[in-house]
Amino acid sequence: MKKNSKLIWTPDRSKFPEQNSDGSLDVDLASQKYVKVWQGPNHPGVTGNMSLELTICGDEIVQAKTHVGYLHRGFEKLIERRKFIQGFTTCIRMCVAEPDTNEYNFSRCVEELSGIEVPEMANWLRALALEMARLQMLLRIVPGQGNTTGLGLGVQWGVYLRDLILDRFEELTGGRVYHMYITPGGVRGLLPDGFKQRMEDALKKIDEFIVDITKLMYNNAVFKKRTVGVGYLDPAWIDKFGVVGPNARAAGFKRDVRKDYPYLIYDKLDYEPFTATDSDIYTRSLVRREDLRTTVELIRQIMAKMPKTGNIRAQTPNVLHWKIPKGETYVRCESSRGEYGYYMVTDGSEFPRRVNLRGPSYVHAVSLLEKLLVGANIADVSSMMVSLGTCPPEIER
Amino acid sequence: MEQILQDIGKQFKITDIVKKRDNLNFITCEKEQTISLITYLRDIKGFSHFVLLSVVDWIEDGVFQLVYFLNNPDKKIDIGIRTMISRENATMTSAHHLWEQIATYQRELKEMYGIDFPGSPRVDESFILEGWDDIPPMRREFDTKKYSEENFFPREGRETNDPEEYMKKKLYPDEEK
Repeated sequence: MKKNSKLIWTPDRSKFPEQNSDGSLDVDLASQKYVKVWQGPNHPGVTGNMSLELTICGDEIVQAKTHVGYLHRGFEKLIERRKFIQGFTTCIRMCVAEPDTNEYNFSRCVEELSGIEVPEMANWLRALALEMARLQMLLRIVPGQGNTTGLGLGVQWGVYLRDLILDRFEELTGGRVYHMYITPGGVRGLLPDGFKQRMEDALKKIDEFIVDITKLMYNNAVFKKRTVGVGYLDPAWIDKFGVVGPNARAAGFKRDVRKDYPYLIYDKLDYEPFTATDSDIYTRSLVRREDLRTTVELIRQIMAKMPKTGNIRAQTPNVLHWKIPKGETYVRCESSRGEYGYYMVTDGSEFPRRVNLRGPSYVHAVSLLEKLLVGANIADVSSMMVSLGTCPPEIER
Repeated sequence: MEQILQDIGKQFKITDIVKKRDNLNFITCEKEQTISLITYLRDIKGFSHFVLLSVVDWIEDGVFQLVYFLNNPDKKIDIGIRTMISRENATMTSAHHLWEQIATYQRELKEMYGIDFPGSPRVDESFILEGWDDIPPMRREFDTKKYSEENFFPREGRETNDPEEYMKKKLYPDEEK
């Protein structure tokens, strides 16, 4: 922290107009001192279908407003009109990049409210699928951070390696993007023959990638210049804004759902979440690189420790006539972006009464990003968004 | 957790305590006391992490169930605080002063359920549904099928994948003619 404190850039915010109590800003655009710029929805530096309405003064941002709604498909409403098994195939679409966390949370909610215990073998396979999902997501995010500063090579490496993990997903589940592998009651199948060896081959390449990306990106002078001390997230904001996952860990908060609220078989695995304290773009990216290393290690541990075979499905009611007694629950897991939760309410019928997703981006991409961007340079907007891991589908479910 | 619930019970009128897991409880609190209870839990009991603000529409009872979900990161415990508000002129005291992200939740609930939170920043700005002029769409009485039939039309020449229709065509092809 001390090492970088001189580098942390603090703009002179006194020259910006004061915000009103309701968050609005009296900016006289006719004065020609301020300009409104839209970053997105069609912009290479925006993480998905969202846009930022930026009011800038010179190069500096005076006010930022997040706009979502370009992707709204009303999933939570649709699920209320569908049976539980139909809702399952709908909810996974809420996050395209990492759908397995939706599969797990939805299935776990249904199982908990129905009183179903899942066999141990299924829990190991679920953990494997979740870690594979995290791995392929991190292979996009980690080099993607370099891409925001013009370093495109790492992304090409990441795309190749991600494809290797998608190949493993394809042979395990039949699907590359949407897997529908973790279903209510268990999982859909055991590991194919030779899966572990093929996975190990892919993991070895990812080990090499971590070494290479460190040399290419983390030791790169331009990348450091653009990210060290930029986008500083004050640790006091972690609870104030509800920041979770790697963003909180980069600010010194050791928060990881897998450790704090162990689910599946995570209590049988040996690892420590990586934390840092500098809390800038570089550090958040560094935490994600260490998450990548941890995930590779966890997949190896899971494959080594899991039973060779076993029952993978619990007895469930007929899925077309599955009624769940009145109740409510909240289930969470750790996604690549932090705490990912589902709140489900049932009313005794064949349909869920309410399913509400709590995605990390709901906080990171709206209230936090809007505050963090004030005073930032417009050239750093993309880096900040990627460093926060924003994902719009979680906002407009 | 038991001790915390006892302490809450001494100062606030809480009902319907449901122990879901060792570290997860749901309680119901009166509308007037809810924000005080949340403030008490945050400042005195260490529930510093605000997880979620959600709504359940109990249309048959004429109420919305608001759920404030709080987490204590040190003790690793969660609590869900339910409060019932009337569906007619649905209004709730804003809690945006407690956590910054609550303003976003309140803005969304205003748009999706029509629940007002007077004083909440930008609560009247559209969040997702720009230019929406129908009833708030997440309310139970909003019929998505009827809305889509009135506003959109099926594409011509589109074949149905409905199992019943498919089997009917396959087994009794003459009947259709």
